[in-house]
This record gives sequence, structure tokens and C-alpha cells, in this order.
Amino acid sequence: MTHGAGEIVTFDNVGLRYGTEPEVLRDLAFTLFAGRFYFLTGASGAGKTSLLKLLYLAQRPSRGAIRMFGNDMITLPRDRLPMFRRKLGVVFQDFRLIEHLSAFDNVALPLRLAGVRESELVRPVSEMLEWVGLAKRMDGVPATMSGGEQQRVAIARAVIGRPDLLIADEPTGNVDPDMALKLLQLFERLNRLGTTVIVATHDIHLLRQVPDSLIMRLQKGSLLDPTGALRFPPRLAPRASERGSEA
Amino acid sequence: MNGEPAIGHSLVRDLVPFRGRRAANLVPRKLASGPMPWVIAIMIALTVMAAAAGLALGNLADRARADLSGALTVQIVEANAEMRAAQAQRAAELLRADKAVAGLRVIPQDELAELLAPWIGAGGGGGDGGFDAVPIPALIDVQLSTLADTAEIARLNAMLVSEIPGARVDAQSDWLRPVYDALAALQYLALALIALLALTSAGAVWLAARSSFANHRKTVEIVHLLGGTDRQIAQVFQRSVTIDAMVGGVIGLALGALAVWLIGGQFAAIDSGMVAGGNLRRLDWLVLAAIPLAGVLLAMLTARITVMSALRRML
Repeated sequence: MTHGAGEIVTFDNVGLRYGTEPEVLRDLAFTLFAGRFYFLTGASGAGKTSLLKLLYLAQRPSRGAIRMFGNDMITLPRDRLPMFRRKLGVVFQDFRLIEHLSAFDNVALPLRLAGVRESELVRPVSEMLEWVGLAKRMDGVPATMSGGEQQRVAIARAVIGRPDLLIADEPTGNVDPDMALKLLQLFERLNRLGTTVIVATHDIHLLRQVPDSLIMRLQKGSLLDPTGALRFPPRLAPRASERGSEA
Repeated sequence: MNGEPAIGHSLVRDLVPFRGRRAANLVPRKLASGPMPWVIAIMIALTVMAAAAGLALGNLADRARADLSGALTVQIVEANAEMRAAQAQRAAELLRADKAVAGLRVIPQDELAELLAPWIGAGGGGGDGGFDAVPIPALIDVQLSTLADTAEIARLNAMLVSEIPGARVDAQSDWLRPVYDALAALQYLALALIALLALTSAGAVWLAARSSFANHRKTVEIVHLLGGTDRQIAQVFQRSVTIDAMVGGVIGLALGALAVWLIGGQFAAIDSGMVAGGNLRRLDWLVLAAIPLAGVLLAMLTARITVMSALRRML
């Protein structure tokens, strides 16, 4: 499979198994395009989290080829992985906040790892926490926060570095509908700034909130792509904004 | 939720060091918490004492060697006392005429008698024992202007024997060779102890670093997934171990130096013969002061290797 402009991720015949167990992902072949918004859906156990693990470079596939940002991730040396991980923003299903750090320090961590000066990170981190409604909980540690609050900290941490690819695993699972909508608006805003977004969700209502989004449906480890939008070359419908400009 | 988050900011993305206060919070710790600083303190104290013993023994041997490096003893073995005295005087004349001899002293018979009295009894006439009953060689204490090496001893021996067949030349240092060998063995023992202590310290740090890494594995995984490099993560653990090692090093140095000072005082009070040459010099104290620094470096290196090897097993 060739790799063209605008392709941010390409999976080619990818399979994943844990140990000697049967494959949890089979023959995945798809392309994610820069600046698009994807929803990843499927029943529990369909392999959504396993697919996301491949995307956020926590797992190597058992077979097949993965290209990200123009690089072969299978042969990429281990010491070059951090540079690629810094292009990603990840909202983990279990939040994965550092328990002894405050909300502020958790959100600031990606910036600190990337070498941003303390004087330059205070404002963006504070604004981000304020925006997700945690202005008064900046000094709180995760153990003192509700599930929804922890989820918002995790989302703030994922988007603070303006990633090229945002990967969110059930990001609205623990928040009320209003907050879910707000968070989705934040993802959309990031998307408009050029970030490719992929959101794994069970929430059918969310899918309707982003009209330009593409749906990736996993079923028993295989990807269903009835519209062909995930293939290369894709059969993509123009985005709503593009339709507007054409009109 | 209100206001606009600053997600439009363009952020630096580079593999830069992650040190100091930024990194400190990732592995929470309290000063001198846990057994690590105390283990290092004990190791450093023992190392300081072993090193001090090794240095003192070295000084002692060096001092003895310097004192005896040009010293010879000439024995005149002759049963007849009058002939012995005459031969001793002739030997002294021959030696004084030699340019290699800086000075000499014929040991008076009274002095010899006094030296040997504890073994062969007090002097006095008669044939029932004591100094006069045993033909004791005459002794000449010679100090050379050069080193009393084998060639020089052989040359002087040949010169004397040509006129005085009963003359025999010995380097005084030869008498102390077993003592030097014993001192060298003790120095090697001190070195071996230091090596063992360093190995044990490295082992303790290895265990502590592994334990700390295991305790914070979840944090390490998160930092990895957020783009933290192995070096950045290793530095966090290295920093923690370094602080422990520094605290332990200072305590260990204080304890070790106090023990060395007290023991040194006891030996100084003896003020006798070779023992007096075993004092520690200023340079020796500097060497002892450097031991905690070496301990800190060893701990840092061990922690780094331990954590880096553990990280390499992760993706």
C-alpha cells in the first residue's frame, strides 16, 4: 500500500493477538486522514481498546504493517517512539492520571516532558482546567475527585499539547450530557485546528453531534467499512464546510 | 466551563532533559526516608575505615622503607674477642674509605650486651653463661648515601671479605621483609574489603532502584505514553537515589572519620617504633573525604543502569 499526502495513519493487514490467544484484531486495513473526525464503535469486546492501543503506540501488532506520520511503526527503533507519542493526545478509558500529582501537574506533564518552560505553561494549563470546569480543583489530587472530574483532567491533559492525532477511549462515559457536549465541542474545535480525532464510544447520540465524522465499526476484531471511506483511495463525502464553500 | 482554553498555542516538542523540580514530583519521596540512606551510610562508614586502615598501613611501610632503604649491618663473625675487635675496626676503616658510605657506627660491646641480655642473660665474667660465654659477632651499623640494593651489598661484601673472611653484609630492610609482606597483605585485605563494600552498596542500590521502579511502574507507563523518553524517566529515579546516597554519604563519612580519628588517637598515644609512622597525612584525609563522592557516583550509575534496563523491556 502506498502512502499519500494527507494520510496520517495507515493499517495494512494488521492482526493482534495476546500471547497464544486467538487474534483479537484481524486483517485491519484502513487509513486515517489528516483533519478528519472518526468515531470508533462496536460492542464490548469487539477490540476497540486494542485498536486504540496500536494507535497510541502502547502495543505492536502481531502481523501486518502500520505507518504513522509517514513512518513505518513496525521497524521504528524504540528510542524514536517518544517523538511520535508526543504527536498524540490520548484520553484513556481508565484516565491514567498520576495519583500523587495535582490536576494542574497532571495536565502540565506533557508540556513539561516536551520542554515547555514553567513560565509558559501556567497560563495554558490554568485556562484549560478552567475551560473543563476545574478552575477550583487545580490543586486537587485524583483521589479527591469524582470520576467525571478525573475524566475532564484526562481530557485536558490529552489536548493541552494540541496533538496531531487525538485518541479518546470512551471520553464521555463518566460525565453528564451537558459536559459530554462541551467536551465534544472541544474535540471539534481541535479538529478544526487540524487535529485528527478518533473517539471510541458506545454513545450513539454523540455520533449525531459531529455531522462530518466517519464511523469505524468493529465487529469481533474485524473492521466494517460499508461506505469505503476508510479504504485507500477513500470514497469520502465532502465535509459540510467544504459543501458550503462549493455552494 | 467558561473562557477559551489556549489549545491554539504552538508548543515546543523536543527530547529535552526533564530535571529538577519538574521531575522531582514524579517519584514522591521524603528526605532520608526508607532504609536506603542508612544502608549507604553504613557502607560508606565501613569503606572509610577500611580505606583509612589501608592508607595508614601504606604510610607505615613507606616510612620504614625510607628509614631503612640505605641501612646495612656488617657482622664480624670471629670467636676470638680481640681479633674480632681488630677486624671490626679494620672493617670500619675500609667502609669509611668507600664513597657510597655516608656514615657508620661500630656498636659498642656494652650496647650489644644490653640488647641481648633478655635472651642470653646479663654479661659478666665466668663461663657459666651470659654475654662473655657466647661469641657474639661484632656489629657495624652502616648508612649508605645510596639505596642498599643487591648489587651494592654484594660489592661491599666482596670488598670486606677480601680482607676479613668473617665479615658479612646484610641490608637492614631484609630483616623486616616478613613485616613488609604482612603489611602488604593487610593492604590487599583493605582493598578487597573496599571492593566488597562497593559491590554490596551497588547491590543495595540495585535492589532499591528495582523496588522503586516496581512501585512507580504505573507512573512510568503513563509518562512513557505521554512521550517521556527512557533518559527522562531514568533521570527521575537517578535523582531520587542520588539524594539518598548524598544523605547517606555525609552521615557515613562523619561516622567513619570519627572512628578513624578516635582509633588514630589511640595509636598516636603508643608513640613507638613503626606504629608512629602510620599517621594519616592531609592527602589521605582528602582521599577519605572523596569516598562519599565515589559512593554517590556508584549509586547514580547503578540506578541508571537498573532503570534503563527495566525500561528497555517496555515498549
